[in-house]
Amino acid sequence: MHLAPHTLRRVVSAATVALLATAVGCAPQPEETSAAKPTGTAGATCAKGKLATRTSGKLTIATDEPAYEPWFKDGKPADGKGFESAVAYAVARQLGYDKANVVWQSVPFNKAFAPGVKTFDFDINQVSISTERKKAVDFSSGYYDVRQAVIALKNSKAAKATSIADLKGLKLGAQVGTTSLNYIDDVVKPTQEPAAYAKNDQAKSALQNGQVDAIVVDLPTAFYITAAEVTDAKIVGQFENQGGTPEQFGLVLDKGSALTSCVTTAVDALRKDGTLASIEKQWLSDAVDAPVLK
Amino acid sequence: MTAVKEESGQEDPAGMPDRGDGYVPSQRRIDRERFKRTRARRATSIAALSTLVTGVVLYLVVVSAPGWPRTKETFFNAQYAREAFPKVLEGLWLNVRLLLICGVAVLVLGMLIAIARTLRGPVFFPLRALAAAYTDFFRGLPLIINLMIVVLGVPALRLQGITVDPVLLGGTALTLTYSAYVAEVFRAGIESVHPSQRAAARSLGLTNRQALRYVVLPQAVRRQVPPLLNDLVSLQKDTGLVSIGGAVDAVRAADIIVGRSLNYTPYIVAGLVFVALTIPMTRFTDWVTARMDRQRAQGGTL
Repeated sequence: MHLAPHTLRRVVSAATVALLATAVGCAPQPEETSAAKPTGTAGATCAKGKLATRTSGKLTIATDEPAYEPWFKDGKPADGKGFESAVAYAVARQLGYDKANVVWQSVPFNKAFAPGVKTFDFDINQVSISTERKKAVDFSSGYYDVRQAVIALKNSKAAKATSIADLKGLKLGAQVGTTSLNYIDDVVKPTQEPAAYAKNDQAKSALQNGQVDAIVVDLPTAFYITAAEVTDAKIVGQFENQGGTPEQFGLVLDKGSALTSCVTTAVDALRKDGTLASIEKQWLSDAVDAPVLK
Repeated sequence: MTAVKEESGQEDPAGMPDRGDGYVPSQRRIDRERFKRTRARRATSIAALSTLVTGVVLYLVVVSAPGWPRTKETFFNAQYAREAFPKVLEGLWLNVRLLLICGVAVLVLGMLIAIARTLRGPVFFPLRALAAAYTDFFRGLPLIINLMIVVLGVPALRLQGITVDPVLLGGTALTLTYSAYVAEVFRAGIESVHPSQRAAARSLGLTNRQALRYVVLPQAVRRQVPPLLNDLVSLQKDTGLVSIGGAVDAVRAADIIVGRSLNYTPYIVAGLVFVALTIPMTRFTDWVTARMDRQRAQGGTL
């Protein structure tokens, strides 16, 4: 009988563990519900300034840090300068939020599509729309048609390439998680394994150091890099769009977000009335001409 | 009285009913063995039940979480797991090669630094100071910064004959940092050998060097196997950091698929592959340690 208190203690502690686990685990965040319920009206209406945003009355927009030119100026998304900053404010205005009601947030690319509660209403970070990515997040319609370009140092043999075939034997590099890397793998199909960098900055220094022969970035970034950052590099050329459909950047929203259709409508309207074109002309006007690699 | 004396023996007489010496366990002893067995059974069953309950509760908590379907789709997607597995394995080959080569280099360099730090005599002062400075600096310097400097900074010097290969440079950075850690492990081991051992060796006529080689180091190294394995496992995971130079290791291979699909399953695959690599390594060291302990215990346990 002297065993009883011992056993009792075991049972009690086991029960406590179970209870604790239940108590901690069963306090689910009310995540889906608050996102899905627009204030007062039904989900489809996009009443100006009255969307079911994260913070009522404010529009929270996210991008990665650092924010690069020419998409943002001086790494400050909130100043309205740079292509994506301007687009974000134009979309906000279209949705009925003036500049004072836009809140910027820094969200790493890798975190922007994590499941769970989103802290932003939409993310603008040069994210290309693809059917595969659409399984994970919602996209607005495209706000920019993007092309990929190859950069190499001026005096290197890579700079003399005039076709995709000329690139095959080179050591190429790109930022991981970008369509630029997909273009290397799927279009160029180089003989050497491409280098994959965490950030474009590292790809740039690898190019300067001769660790890679050429890097692939999107065309506006390529113009910025060659004009301001790596001035002894040049754009070798740009790729044609794959399969006829242009590659487009889209705003990223939570999967099943109530805002997706409203944001898409806003982007479509901005495209139609020429706002997108004029923003593009203002901030990406350099990005017009580069030889096409076939 | 004889029965009481027999009870204090090491063997289990209940399991050996007849040892040929006519010994019959007493009723008291048989009762006690039975009691011990029931208690062990009871403890095992309670532990099993408790584990089962905890497991079921955890499972139910995770599965009934409101975000579970989405989490399952994002982290445990069979299609992406299948796609990622061969690529992650391909990348892992780089991690394994780095581990083997850097592991050997780290052990050699670490041992040399540790010995330099424990040398006696005023003539060795510069060597001691240098070794101390080395360990202080590289243990303090964050590995990621060390890697950035070596992988991205060294090629920027444009020195003739210095490689620009990110894997070689990354391996160098790993060796620099880890040999500082391992040197400290070795030094602690060397200093843990009681001074009387060295004194005894010297009094037998061994030189300082011989005493270190034949008396101190064999005892020191034996004590260091577990902490050294710890560092080796840590090194194995950190080999992935060479990917900042653009090299595609297992984690970066997963990164590439994650970036394209926005699905995290490849990370899970890469994580499990690393765990699978570590477990045999741990078991192997456990085995080595146990064998060394047995050898040491041959003279009799104290």
